Amino acid sequence: MSERFISIEGIARAYPAADGLPIAVFEDLWFSIRRGEFVCAIGHSGCGKTTVLNILAGLDEPSTGVVVVDGKGIEGPSLDRAVIFQSHALLPWKTVLGNVAYAVKSRWPNWSADKIKAHAEKALGVVGLSGAEFKKPAELSGGMKQRVGIARALSIEPKILLMDEPFSALDALTRGTLQDEVRRICRDTSQTVFMITHDVDEAIYLADKIVLMTNGPGAQIAEIVDNPLPIDRARTEVHKHPDYYAVRNHIVDFLVSRSKNFAEEQAARVAGGLPRNNRHPPVVRPLAAPALMPAATRAAS
Amino acid sequence: MTTSLPFRAGLLSLVILAIFLGAWHIATAGSTPIANIDPEYAKLLGQTATQGKSAMPGPLDVGRALWTHLRDPFYDRGTNDKGIGVQIAWSVARVAAGYGLAILVALPLGFVIGMSALISRALDPFIQIMKPISPLAWMPLALYTIKDSGLSAIFVIFICSLWPMLINTAFGVASVRREWLNVARTLEVGPLRKAFTVILPAAAPTILTGMRISIGIAWLVIVAAEMLVGGTGIGYFVWNEWNNLSITNVIIAILVIGVVGMALDLVLSRLTRLVSYPE
Repeated sequence: MSERFISIEGIARAYPAADGLPIAVFEDLWFSIRRGEFVCAIGHSGCGKTTVLNILAGLDEPSTGVVVVDGKGIEGPSLDRAVIFQSHALLPWKTVLGNVAYAVKSRWPNWSADKIKAHAEKALGVVGLSGAEFKKPAELSGGMKQRVGIARALSIEPKILLMDEPFSALDALTRGTLQDEVRRICRDTSQTVFMITHDVDEAIYLADKIVLMTNGPGAQIAEIVDNPLPIDRARTEVHKHPDYYAVRNHIVDFLVSRSKNFAEEQAARVAGGLPRNNRHPPVVRPLAAPALMPAATRAAS
Repeated sequence: MTTSLPFRAGLLSLVILAIFLGAWHIATAGSTPIANIDPEYAKLLGQTATQGKSAMPGPLDVGRALWTHLRDPFYDRGTNDKGIGVQIAWSVARVAAGYGLAILVALPLGFVIGMSALISRALDPFIQIMKPISPLAWMPLALYTIKDSGLSAIFVIFICSLWPMLINTAFGVASVRREWLNVARTLEVGPLRKAFTVILPAAAPTILTGMRISIGIAWLVIVAAEMLVGGTGIGYFVWNEWNNLSITNVIIAILVIGVVGMALDLVLSRLTRLVSYPE
């Protein structure tokens, strides 16, 4: 079971176009996420990443295909799957504590007010927001708002955390700190995470696996990159790892050129006798070419 | 020598008031009395003819009369002689009744219209036709069906306060941000809890704006309605004093209507501020 905690099986999403014929944003997507795994999806705007996340959240439905989570098909939103929204989506008339407590009360409706408050305060403590409980979201900086969003998602102790470009609206310093905290929290709790991002470095730092999506319409999963960096990594050190540039270049190459021309690349590969199976997108593990590695590093790794 | 803006604005307001009162006083003050006239005859002619005094009361006359009204606002000496406080109380009570009924109908109905595109479209033609009807046009129909002039006035207030509240509630509910609704969905919040904890607070500023427009219209309409139905109320007071040819009292009534209307608007604007949220 743990092999395929989340299993996305052949989903497609079509919208009616101007001429009435449906246009598929993405089609025949297959991939799975193991329990405790951190998976990032990366691709250009319009490839349907957010739709995939919304389908996982239960906020949207695939036109065809199913998503199975923990042995059960997704039917609508669930408290087992918490979403951290790109725009933080805090309720502006509630305080910071009120926003988190609202989620806690939704999860455990029978808890006493004191217990709900204590639990919400604990969640705020985890993201370093103790002391700001009684502020309104409008009084907070962008980074602090997103912390509240993270606290709200974590407070309901979800089986899966879904993040839609959670840090894209933040400045670089704040983004870095929040990435560190999210990574720490997710590792401490063995949280299963699916995250959408535009930021290659963010994906490399955070993810165990990176799903590369081709351009829409008709987007597909081109490859799944198995991150070769060690589990224990520090944001400030990660770019010094010998495999770092191999992964980074692979992903950047994909985004810059291959994502556009993937259909031709595919046709060439099929012509060369390598048929493609959408059910099992190729898994690649970019590593530094041995000749380029300094001997000392090679010995150490 | 810089003083605060509110102070300077207040000072300017006082100056404008003084100029207005001064001009009023000069315009209505009498000229020299006409000499050589039999005093008995002069009495019959009145001051307009004999002293050049305007029939329009001056600010001092109005001030004196206002003082008499304010000293004893709540006396009741029969149908045509009630204190101005009593008349205002009647008007405010009618507005409160009609407005309260309108809230009871407009909020739930507006919620349903805002939530359901089907109902919104189905009811739209009716609302669009009913909205521009002058509330007083309903009066004969109301008098005929309700057969009670007091209740008819309340009905007219109800019908005129309904539309702004209904339309604003529907609009506010329909335009609640999708992301807030998605938060409620991902937290598996039930429909009733969602209505009260997400939709209502999110739409509250828009709803209160509609309520503020409504109270303004209701206060405009009550004067006209009471002129028609008669008996009590500030509108009836105006009409009665016009029949008495007491322009002084008419001016006082106009002043009081303005002050009460401002107070009602102030209450609603405070309430709006209470429920609005910065984003």
